[in-house]
Amino acid sequence: MTQVVSRPGDPVITPALVREHGLTESEYERVLTMLGRVPTFTELGIVSALWNEHCSYKHSRNVLKTLPTEGSQVIQGPGENAGVVGIGDGVAIAFKIESHNHPSAIEPYQGAATGAGGILRDVFTMGARPIAMLNSLRFGSLDNARNRYLFAGVVKGIGDYGNSVGVPTVAGEIVFDPAYNGNPLVNAMCVGILREDELIRAKAEGVGNPILCVGARTGRDGIHGASFASEDLSAASEAKRPRVQVGDPFTEKLLLEASLELIHSGHIVAIQDMGAAGLTSSSAEMAARGDVGVTIDTSRVPVRETGMTPYEILLSESQERMLVVALAGHENAVREILFKWDLAAEVIGEVIAEPVYRVTEGDRVVAEFPGSALVTECPRYDVPAEEGREAIELRERDVDAIAELREEEDPAWTLLKLLSAPTIASKRWAYQQYDSTIRTNTVIGPGGDAAVLRIRGTNRAISVKTDCNGRYVALDPRVGGRIAVAEAARNVACTGARPLAITNCLNFGNPTRPEIFFQFREAVAGIREACLGLDTPVTGGNVSFYNESPSGSVHPTPVIGMLGVIDSLEHITRSTFRTTGDTIVLLGDCTPEIGGSEYLATIHGTSAGAPPACDIRRERLVIEALLEAIRGGVIASAHDCSDGGIAVALAECVMANQDGMMGADVDLAEWDRLTTRALLFGEAQGRILVSTGDAPRVLQIADEIGVPARAIGTVMPMVSGLTLRTGARSFHVGTEALAAAYHEAIPHIMDTAPQSAALEQSEGVSV
Amino acid sequence: MKFGIVTFPGSNGDYDAYHAAADALGEPSVYLWHKTHDLQGSDVIVLPGGFSYGDYLRAGAIARFSPIMTEVLAHARRGAPVLAICNGFQIACEAGLLPGALMRNASLRFVSRVVNIRVENAGTMFTHEYYNGQVLAIPVAHGDGRYTADDDVIAKLDDDGRVAFRYCSSTGVVSEQNNINGSISNIAGIVSEGGNVLGLMPHPERAVDPLVAVPDGLGVFHSLLALAGA
Repeated sequence: MTQVVSRPGDPVITPALVREHGLTESEYERVLTMLGRVPTFTELGIVSALWNEHCSYKHSRNVLKTLPTEGSQVIQGPGENAGVVGIGDGVAIAFKIESHNHPSAIEPYQGAATGAGGILRDVFTMGARPIAMLNSLRFGSLDNARNRYLFAGVVKGIGDYGNSVGVPTVAGEIVFDPAYNGNPLVNAMCVGILREDELIRAKAEGVGNPILCVGARTGRDGIHGASFASEDLSAASEAKRPRVQVGDPFTEKLLLEASLELIHSGHIVAIQDMGAAGLTSSSAEMAARGDVGVTIDTSRVPVRETGMTPYEILLSESQERMLVVALAGHENAVREILFKWDLAAEVIGEVIAEPVYRVTEGDRVVAEFPGSALVTECPRYDVPAEEGREAIELRERDVDAIAELREEEDPAWTLLKLLSAPTIASKRWAYQQYDSTIRTNTVIGPGGDAAVLRIRGTNRAISVKTDCNGRYVALDPRVGGRIAVAEAARNVACTGARPLAITNCLNFGNPTRPEIFFQFREAVAGIREACLGLDTPVTGGNVSFYNESPSGSVHPTPVIGMLGVIDSLEHITRSTFRTTGDTIVLLGDCTPEIGGSEYLATIHGTSAGAPPACDIRRERLVIEALLEAIRGGVIASAHDCSDGGIAVALAECVMANQDGMMGADVDLAEWDRLTTRALLFGEAQGRILVSTGDAPRVLQIADEIGVPARAIGTVMPMVSGLTLRTGARSFHVGTEALAAAYHEAIPHIMDTAPQSAALEQSEGVSV
Repeated sequence: MKFGIVTFPGSNGDYDAYHAAADALGEPSVYLWHKTHDLQGSDVIVLPGGFSYGDYLRAGAIARFSPIMTEVLAHARRGAPVLAICNGFQIACEAGLLPGALMRNASLRFVSRVVNIRVENAGTMFTHEYYNGQVLAIPVAHGDGRYTADDDVIAKLDDDGRVAFRYCSSTGVVSEQNNINGSISNIAGIVSEGGNVLGLMPHPERAVDPLVAVPDGLGVFHSLLALAGA
């Protein structure tokens, strides 16, 4: 080993300094054993950056490895920058979802923007051209000015970044629930396209190959961002605002074009985003994947300011940077491509045969770790898991005993209330700030069950969607995990797509608390069951723990990003009713379940009861029946029944598309043994509403596949409104009244609450 | 008819303009790199949408200094067609090809949706495939689309019939309610004094393929093609 020297002026390593770096005593012991000596300050920084939860998955890895990751469609599973699956015709899709929760909690605009930037880079470093962005957002109630400020800032951050880079934002979901007060969730997903033979991996190879730092210069921003994301949010978090990185979508766009040109040029062997923990993480991971040594000279890294120490350069999370391993002798060719895009590329290191991870500052060695120990020696924890008493009590509460409000005698009142609840209401206020049509592939954009993008040069399309009902997961994590996958699958199926594979973003509280780790373990088990049953392997994702504010943990929220493929453009199906006279058929069955429903949350302010049962075999069959009918050309529209139950789903079918509003006359008397509220607003799983010109054929297909199905009504012109016959409490509401409740709710809240705008101004969010 | 689509750093609508010309029309098309001085014999120059130079400083303010703009200006002086879309419209105004300026939307928010625009003058080289008063459905996607100019300029644009499109309702009513970004007189697009430069905020190049949009933007391209056929 080389002599490692402390830099003059570096702090002395003390137990307090070790603690400040987030290392436990036993973790520090591991470092001492690994090195056989006391680490330098630089080395302590490196370990802290790599062994925090965000980078190391130390609490989640043993559970994650139980997830199914294989299938004939999978080209690249977890472990790379993004997962890759084949969709036929030699075309592959790279996709991944990632969280940026903590930064967004204290600096919503930049937090969300850099979240979008990071996930874009993860996808284009695979050699894929990004073609779509999605985002899955959770906020506290919009009654609160701080939450409105966060919502507005996050939406603007996502929009400004994606719009500028020129990647359409096509889908996602936004949920408002007091459980997310103080700790919003911001998960961004990116989808890219590549030819199967264009795939490149982030694996350092070839002794003597130069390592280059490419893109933006390195500054002091975002140092310890990853470790900040590995602790609970508190009143002191605001002081860590400078740890939030600042995004520059213009540089990102240049980097995107330059990187793709670089990858296709054949001058490089590997490329990786410098994301969380910056240069440290990207170089150590690349070396570990390639099972080679690397040496990095921090004095050669292009910096933004003078006097930066190796510690700062290694841990900076300055955005829009890439680490590239080029072929020896091709450095100038690489520089030329970057220069065309007005970007810099500097050689900062080399792949070496000696199995070490070495950092120098000029000639002085400031850090050195044996082999890939930094990555492989990272601790893994199996911590105790035990369901929290509170969750058990909530689940076991008899929600059927909750008395109806007097107003509920008129179900129209309840329906309109639910349609204007921000979680159900139209999110147009947000998605109209996202360019959703650029690149002209968007066949179905935001507002449908899932987005659909055509694949140029083929007769295929893909369907993408994110989903998770955190309330279900809080009440029963295993069932909730299963439902998250099943609902996402149902959503893409409603557009005519075969569910193909998932990426996931697992947002949970502090894993060292047994009740949180129980949620995590069980939710992953539920995801596993669903992925196995639906043949949708997990191709990657991200875990975000420590989503806790002083008021407690967020709902456990394992967000599923689902990818489906539509084999023929003719099969693309929309969610809203199309033609007067079509028959409305319900695939699946209604049940008495109301536990965990949006109805209970909105009307009774209660999050309790067992969430609806989710039988994956039935889910698979209902999807099979739907796709068979779509392929048979007999489906005019298909819409999943989810939040707010069948009544909300029917209302959406008649008025979600404002350019083609319809009416409907529906008879649900078949289920008159159910209470009105369970029938109308219960959220029984495995249900899809279709409209068809050939009901007998649809019913026959369902029967052959073994799915309960029933003709329940007729599509009417808009003037007829929505009539729902339930036996005891039939009612009628005009389509325009439904539309007003649904479409105006969020604009009304956001545009008539001046305090949120004032907050935005004072916080300097507007850019 | 050859379409030359200029790519500035930060352009992102170049791809759609290229595919509209090459795929929907089947015309020869080339990307023109902004650092060059060569229009490669293009008959129509497209200044595409996007965020050239990140829209830093001011939308379009830096792109006008790109080397290729010298040739684009000469092309326009010869009376040859320049189609300036969204960020291209902003660049054209900054470069003096068109009067006025595009300011931040009145809502202060980016707006992305399909809007209705009314054809105000079907006599230009970009619009003669439409008819006066025709209502089109075309996507917009911009944060700085509020067209502004002083009263004299607006009066002259009106007098000369140089307002090509105005934002309107689905039935063609032009009112403040349909003014999506606060533009003066709902102006969505104008032509130059010579009639050979069209600047507009909506994206006709995104409205050419029935699979993804109502193909109401085709008329702009067909109008240009008819020139070549003449």
